[in-house]
Amino acid sequence: MSVQSYVDDWTRWAPGAGPAWLAGTRRSAIDRFAAAGFPTPRLEDWHFTSVSPIAERAFSPMDGPASGVAPDDLAPYEFGGGEHGDWTQLVFVNGRYSAALSSHGSLPHGAEVASLDTVLTDDGGAARALAERHLGTIAQTADHAFTALNTAFVGLGALVYLPADTEVARPIHLLFVTDSAADGGVTHPRTLVVLDRFARATLVESYVSLSDATYLTNAVTEIALADGASLTHIRVQRESERGYHIGTSQARQARDSRYVSFSFVAGAALSRQNIYTSLDGAGAEATLNGLYMADGTQHVDHQTRIEHIAPNCASHEVYKGILDGESHGVFNGKVYVRPEAQKTDGKQTNNNLLLSAGARIDTKPQLEIFADDVKCTHGATVGRLDESALFYLKSRGIATREARTLLTYAFAADVLEGIESDAVRDGLEGLARERFLDVPQLAAP
Amino acid sequence: MSTAIETLVNREYQYGFVTDIEADTIPRGLNEDVVRVISAKKQEPAFLLNWRLKAYRRWLTMTEPHWANVTYPAIDYQNIIYYSAPKSAKPLASLDDVDPELRRTYERLGISLTEQKRIAGVAVDAIFDSVSVGTTMKAELAALGIIFCSFGEAVREHPELVEKYLGTVVPHSDNFFAALNAAVFSDGSFCYVPKGVKCPMELSTYFRINSADTGQFERTLLIADEGASVSYLEGCTAPRRDTNQLHAAVVELVALDHASIKYSTVQNWYAGDAEGRGGIYNFVTKRGKAAGAHSKISWTQVETGSAITWKYPSVILQGDHSTGEFYSVAVVNNRQQADTGTKMIHIGKNTKSTIISKGISAGQGNNSYRGKVKVLPRADNARNYTQCDSMLIGNRCGAHTFPYIEVENDSATLEHEASTSKIGEDQIFYCKQRGLKAEHAISLIVSGFCKEVFQNLPMEFALEAQQLLGITLEGSVG
Repeated sequence: MSVQSYVDDWTRWAPGAGPAWLAGTRRSAIDRFAAAGFPTPRLEDWHFTSVSPIAERAFSPMDGPASGVAPDDLAPYEFGGGEHGDWTQLVFVNGRYSAALSSHGSLPHGAEVASLDTVLTDDGGAARALAERHLGTIAQTADHAFTALNTAFVGLGALVYLPADTEVARPIHLLFVTDSAADGGVTHPRTLVVLDRFARATLVESYVSLSDATYLTNAVTEIALADGASLTHIRVQRESERGYHIGTSQARQARDSRYVSFSFVAGAALSRQNIYTSLDGAGAEATLNGLYMADGTQHVDHQTRIEHIAPNCASHEVYKGILDGESHGVFNGKVYVRPEAQKTDGKQTNNNLLLSAGARIDTKPQLEIFADDVKCTHGATVGRLDESALFYLKSRGIATREARTLLTYAFAADVLEGIESDAVRDGLEGLARERFLDVPQLAAP
Repeated sequence: MSTAIETLVNREYQYGFVTDIEADTIPRGLNEDVVRVISAKKQEPAFLLNWRLKAYRRWLTMTEPHWANVTYPAIDYQNIIYYSAPKSAKPLASLDDVDPELRRTYERLGISLTEQKRIAGVAVDAIFDSVSVGTTMKAELAALGIIFCSFGEAVREHPELVEKYLGTVVPHSDNFFAALNAAVFSDGSFCYVPKGVKCPMELSTYFRINSADTGQFERTLLIADEGASVSYLEGCTAPRRDTNQLHAAVVELVALDHASIKYSTVQNWYAGDAEGRGGIYNFVTKRGKAAGAHSKISWTQVETGSAITWKYPSVILQGDHSTGEFYSVAVVNNRQQADTGTKMIHIGKNTKSTIISKGISAGQGNNSYRGKVKVLPRADNARNYTQCDSMLIGNRCGAHTFPYIEVENDSATLEHEASTSKIGEDQIFYCKQRGLKAEHAISLIVSGFCKEVFQNLPMEFALEAQQLLGITLEGSVG
């Protein structure tokens, strides 16, 4: 059983890994992981996704890059950051921070975008105090074995902090890259995002691969938004087609804060994204959108959870899926409304397009409501391309293949259009066109 | 409900019930001998005994499911009497002995005096009985070849039909409660509509004289042969004072080519008092198999009673072009819990299903819709439309939706919509300024909310169901 191999790896690694103040957190997390083991489809939350391809294999800790990754290798994954732009972009190769590949744009005074390992060991630093206060307080390890495993190995990743009333004009890009040396390895990247009162930022997290290696990325992002803070958080998952990706983002929102999340998934043999947010303060707002595109034998799973705890909060959710080949899509969207969360406005939509006879979708939008003065709706659809729309296009002289392409792209573009950052939106729209539609010449609208 | 009633109900359960029927009961508890005794007492053929034993042995290996969104104290399966002869309860001498509150409810529902007597368990005049509507109707049905009788009678008179269809839709191993039912079921209804016959009237347990006490493990088997059609009403709109805590019934429907079955239920069993004491656990397995091409099965249910309702009337759409429908209104008040919904399993080609579910939660009640729509790889052109709406009255209740949509065929078209809202204050205000009382206004709004489902009930049921809804929700707004 590979659970034991992770425990053994941990036992070898943990005593020598600093800092001391994290030892207790790591120990209780590995105990929790060892007790729980990997989730099985017998658990309601993993009903449609078997992680046995991950559980049956013992991925070992990665040793860093095999060969030098050149800045040009990264160009296809940068939305305007890196050498070619003035974004703040931290690059991690096989889990480890690469100062040489990273670039720093202008940040407001007091802001911090740094590699987590340097922050954690920086005694007396303000950033370390922040990490100590927030790390592990938002991402739950109970009932979340992968999060427990990440917390047990916590050390690598990034810290993003913005002081009160500041704004970063350009998106901050965290680029997690793996190369051929990643084969058989696992990384546990951890990102901590803390936005102080009324701070505003856009954060892009990309998980990409330069090879077709088989490896596991087990990422966790914790987000603390203070009163009035606003974060746009875009996760792009373009792992190797033989890779495995488990990504959990968990946010906690104070009064009048705004969290906009977008999950773009096109890679990995098997992936699971958990996007959770908790609306703790009155007037907070959450938008969770996403697009997943799968073909071949890919398995793409999304679970979202929105907890309405305080009154007068709003949540909006649109997830779209395009499934081709023999791929299997899973969507489970949960919305909880606690008794105190009166005047909640919640809307959740999940639309799925099946492009081939072998594709499969399991969707489960879920509402649990304990307050009466609320307006909550959800909807889910599954279907093929609209026959009448196809007919209309054909009647205008557009060939079947092109018409299908156009309609499929329109289906995806609908949700991509909501992304506020132009560079990211254009980049993802381009990816959507290439991925399925094979017609890059189709001009972006 | 007043504590007086609750005491009455419990007293009857603890003492009266057991002592009165001393003569024809077996001791509490369940073991293989009990299953054999039940079968022997009912003089069942060997195939049925073997089936019961198979179910019992299977049940022993199963554990009680707890995935439903309901909570209740553990059930002691060894503290249940699994067999008591029908009509064991002592009839009351006259209507005057019936609890006055119960009688008031009957009157408000507009139930006739004779009917009131029947429901309340008052001994009905023998002359009335012999010329009852029921008997006349039975003759008319027999002329058409329709078999409609108690399950026990069917086992005796038509064992070949029972053997052929029993357990074909809900196998003995289906789930914990279905296995328990298969092992110990006491009686129930059986109906067979022969080829090409359209049943001319609504069949109902109303019309079956020996239906009064079918016990807590009821089993219903309904078969519509090729081209047949039947509409079946289960239960009765008046509150039934049943003393059994656990009800684990099974209903199996089979529709062959071009057959259609409409099954309507109005359930208003004792829901326990305002504090959640007492009340029935209604753990029912209901499933229909639209086995033939162009067959149709339609479930309509109005669930207002029981402390806990745990039921998912389902349709297996096996025949090509078959249709499944589910219309439901579930109301919870006080501390009632309902976890109900449906399953539509699309297997045949060009199958269609519709789900309309309306949940109303008041008091401290919890209402969950749990539904599954599954499209198997060969089910080309499957079509489903699901709409589940919830209404909340007060902020101590809960409404939950757990739809599972599993699609393995790209030609399927599925739509699921759900909404949750409260009764609008502006709606109530509008009604009040037109001179309606708040309670009346709510009943009006709730009726409108449930209209799509009530439309599918047979006329006389629909009227009563509406009144019943008003009574259940009484006092929930104030």
